[in-house]
Amino acid sequence: MEHIRTTKVEQVKLLDRFSSSNKALTGTLYLTATHLLFIDFHQKETWILHHHIASVEKLALTTSGCPLVIQCKNFRTVHFIVPRERDCHDIYNSLLQLSKQAKYEDLYAFSYNPKQNDSERLRGWQLIDLAEEYQRMGVPNSNWQLSDANRDYKICETYPKELYVPRIASKPIIVGSSKFRSKGRFPVLSYYHQSKEAAICRCSQPLSGFSARCLEDEHLLQAISKANPANHYMYVVDTRPRHRMQSWWATQKDIGRIIVRISSRIWNDEKIRESDEKKRLNAMANRAAGKGYENEDNYSNIRFQFVGIENIHVMRSSLQRLLEVSGTRGLSVGDLYSGLQSSGWLRHVQAVLGAAVVLAKAVTTESASVLVHCSDGWDRTSQVCSLGSLLLDPYYRTVRGFMVLIEKDWISFGHKFSERCGHLDGDPKEVSPVFTQFLECVWHLTEQFPQAFEFNEAFLLQIHEHIHSCQFGNFIGNCQKEREELKLKEKTYSLWPFLLEDRVKYLNPLYQPQAQEFAVLEPNTVSFNFKFWRNMYHQFDRTLHPRQSVFNIIANMNEQNKQLENDIKDLESQIKQCKNKQADGVLTKELLNSVRPESPTLKTSLCFKEQTLLPGNDALRTIDSSNPADNRYSEYAEEFSKPDPAVVSLEYGVARMTC
Amino acid sequence: MEFSELIRTGQAQAELLRGPEAPPLRGTLCVTGHHLLLSPGPQATPDLWLLLLRSVDSIEKRVAGDCGTITLRCKDLRVLQLDIEGVEATLNIARSIEGLRLGDAWHFHPPERYYKRVAREVLLRSSQPLIGPQKRRCAEDEALLRAVLAGSRPGARGFIVDTRSAQTAKQARMTGGGTEAKAAYPGWKRLHRPLERGRPLQESFVHLVEACGDLEQSMDHWLSRLAGCRWLAHVKEALSTACLAAQGMEREGACILVHGAEGTDSTLVVTSLAQLILDPSSRTMAGFQELVEREWIQAGHPFQLRCAHSAFSHARPKHEAPTFLLFLDCVWQLGRQFPLSLEFGEGMLLALFDHAYASPFGTFLCNSEQERCLCEVRTRTHSLWSGLNQLKEQRKLRNPLYVPNPLALWPSVEPQSLRLWQGLFLRWTRPPEPSEAAWEKVWQIVTDQEKTEGSQPTVSASELQL
Repeated sequence: MEHIRTTKVEQVKLLDRFSSSNKALTGTLYLTATHLLFIDFHQKETWILHHHIASVEKLALTTSGCPLVIQCKNFRTVHFIVPRERDCHDIYNSLLQLSKQAKYEDLYAFSYNPKQNDSERLRGWQLIDLAEEYQRMGVPNSNWQLSDANRDYKICETYPKELYVPRIASKPIIVGSSKFRSKGRFPVLSYYHQSKEAAICRCSQPLSGFSARCLEDEHLLQAISKANPANHYMYVVDTRPRHRMQSWWATQKDIGRIIVRISSRIWNDEKIRESDEKKRLNAMANRAAGKGYENEDNYSNIRFQFVGIENIHVMRSSLQRLLEVSGTRGLSVGDLYSGLQSSGWLRHVQAVLGAAVVLAKAVTTESASVLVHCSDGWDRTSQVCSLGSLLLDPYYRTVRGFMVLIEKDWISFGHKFSERCGHLDGDPKEVSPVFTQFLECVWHLTEQFPQAFEFNEAFLLQIHEHIHSCQFGNFIGNCQKEREELKLKEKTYSLWPFLLEDRVKYLNPLYQPQAQEFAVLEPNTVSFNFKFWRNMYHQFDRTLHPRQSVFNIIANMNEQNKQLENDIKDLESQIKQCKNKQADGVLTKELLNSVRPESPTLKTSLCFKEQTLLPGNDALRTIDSSNPADNRYSEYAEEFSKPDPAVVSLEYGVARMTC
Repeated sequence: MEFSELIRTGQAQAELLRGPEAPPLRGTLCVTGHHLLLSPGPQATPDLWLLLLRSVDSIEKRVAGDCGTITLRCKDLRVLQLDIEGVEATLNIARSIEGLRLGDAWHFHPPERYYKRVAREVLLRSSQPLIGPQKRRCAEDEALLRAVLAGSRPGARGFIVDTRSAQTAKQARMTGGGTEAKAAYPGWKRLHRPLERGRPLQESFVHLVEACGDLEQSMDHWLSRLAGCRWLAHVKEALSTACLAAQGMEREGACILVHGAEGTDSTLVVTSLAQLILDPSSRTMAGFQELVEREWIQAGHPFQLRCAHSAFSHARPKHEAPTFLLFLDCVWQLGRQFPLSLEFGEGMLLALFDHAYASPFGTFLCNSEQERCLCEVRTRTHSLWSGLNQLKEQRKLRNPLYVPNPLALWPSVEPQSLRLWQGLFLRWTRPPEPSEAAWEKVWQIVTDQEKTEGSQPTVSASELQL
């Protein structure tokens, strides 16, 4: 490798991030083509994938050596001290090169080989089939059909080829509408609610100038509305905060409410009668908005809603601020909470989840179809549509269903994973934790509804790990067209079969698949339901974690129960057989022998305490106790300061890639 | 009886509103000497609704037309509304509740001053030494602490953990208190770990409960109130001081003496938590009850004074302070970080909180052992422990996942590791169903395990018959 000058440095120290007494582990640092590896003197390995590295920093030389601080996209922060400055410089330069690739072909996925043949690889890619998924939802049907308009990515490059549109929307209408929408992303079906006959659709913002209209677009919206026989009106949800679009508007109307409803002309006549004065004002405001949202005068039967989710730049700096605060040494409780507040992160998470609740409510209580858009319809729109579907449909809360959901609303509809995750050396302004935020919303739901999800937190963390790892092809590229051009299905592997293989690790032992109360989730978005996600943002800071895991224990017990119940059934059926035979008078010695050999296997299965725990995720690993030296109160006691011969017994978070 | 004087209207028709989650209840309201009863009438459910009058923290009455409304804020942080027919009935009932909720007036003695009392072999607690402005010394006291070190392993050091700041400890000399002089106690080293107590702690509690009652507030407002009330900061300080004491014993083999001013508040938080950290036997159901009995009740925590009001009272706090609640919160944090190592669950901690503030049992009555003897509490009341140890309470109080853990429990005290105790502070404001159902499921899995294991012998028995 041309970037690697030094492959091995000895006597490197790894500092504990939260310790102020400079406690360190000494070991050897290796640099490979794909990973940075640190092996300490206990032979514990810390693997860091080059693609996970977000930033490398070389600090000023100290007496003990040259400090090197590496921050990773999976929120790991490591602080090495390299004895010689030249070694440090070499590693620093190599990492700078290796962590930012210029071409897709240099990403790990193109060289990663899990020893599968081509047919296994292909089967892996076919595991999640979106056509099958739309069939499960109940489309195509009498109101919705598959459109071939985008067959060669002609009218929209960032959409998939297969798109579902209302049956009454003809091709010219679709083409016309796509010209009116930013990046050609016209309204298409994202989720169809079979029993309510309501649809969740998505698109990008309209390019309406001062007085521009697009009849085709208006027609397409009417078609979506008419495709829902249960309701004569539909919602258009703009996920952007109103004030960002037109600040002067704020002076005209009360935007204090999160949801601003502007009633359409026809609806006005039916329900709310606004004064002429107010109507005129509305109209003026909308005109002035120009490029922005639909002028409601031109769309009848439509109710407009605004849910204020901030843009990718606000989200990026918000998370940055949060990580700065939570990474501070010697943080006080007050600092953490005021940092949480000033970063605004939890407020943003609340807004995203709130928008999904609006969506789910419109579908369930009003049977209304909903069209969601933001600016380009690939960030906030993906968040809101996928979370809305997650609330509505229990299928998406299973391990497999969640994969389908990500494939559908994120990958196929063109969330720009490569740009948002910074896979390649590109514009840092395009990087934003939109998907991380989505995962956090899902985590908050799992906290509120501990029995509604088949998967556990480890599953979310593992997916997060891999959106940045570039080890599998799923998240590489920014849209389906680009992925096809990269021939990802031939050159790389899909993540999902590997996750399914380890399925047991990701199961929630408390899951209640049949429970009626979890059919549609109605989360409470009151402020105190939102908490700092320590297991995500400090997943490698093991000293901050609970020392014992309930999850592993319960999962184990569940497994044991199942096994024992099966054993009992087996034995009972054997006893029945024996009794029958006994009644027939054919009880022989052989039969007795045939029963007996069963008992030793039963005994071994009963010794549950000797069985090893299920392999859990690193973040959920069980340790029964910990060392007081790992916690900061030990540092309070400098009075105790005898030199401490005891070694830190806690393993540092060694989250190895699943390879 | 004085009760009858206080009850002018014994009965009235009323409707009870119990917050957003529970349905309202209509029926006949009765006031008795100790309880408020609501009987829903024959056709509805036969269940009586019952409220101990002592658990009422503050009461508000309003009359409009010929109806009245009484709002009761309880010490366990519940808010109840009673709509009562008849203005006079409303006023009378309000007056009765007001009068009866204070119950029998117990005699209040000022808390006894202990002068150095030995509690455990190496973990000691005491009140401050009465040094005074003249810097008095006490030969017996010095001899006692010398003897403690001598009784320990040779060369052992001692640490005195003072739960006040060095400044406050010095100032205490003006009022006759103070802290151990270095020269007088060779081998002992003093550490100051200031813990909040008294009025500031009570205010912190009141502010937190206020914040938790507001469902409409924005995220920013909520987070700033959570930071501003400083409750979790107090939890962190209490836990880290306890860890410090425990660490000194376990890792340094040192003797630890903990005291503040009186030795009946923050001292007890530290010593009882340190025992929970180090001693596996105190983490069992029986061991924990013993710990509370020994380290809190017998050690003379003035429950009557500290728990006279909880967070809703409008009266200016005098002696009130949620010291015991702070201890319970710390135990809850410990249980969250070591979910398998405590035999009791959250239900136990909630029950102790409820009973400390208002209880039909005598366990938390009075301020000290001496008072309890004078009032003959042991012969005239029932013990809470016998109430809690009944079989039907076990599912609520026990941790089904408990596995004895012989090791010390060293919790993380980083702010990221501490959580707001939602089960207590948001108990009445948010629907508990999903998490409660999950808890039920855990119980079910555990009992299934026992069942399937239990059914094994019957199978093998029938196997043997063959």
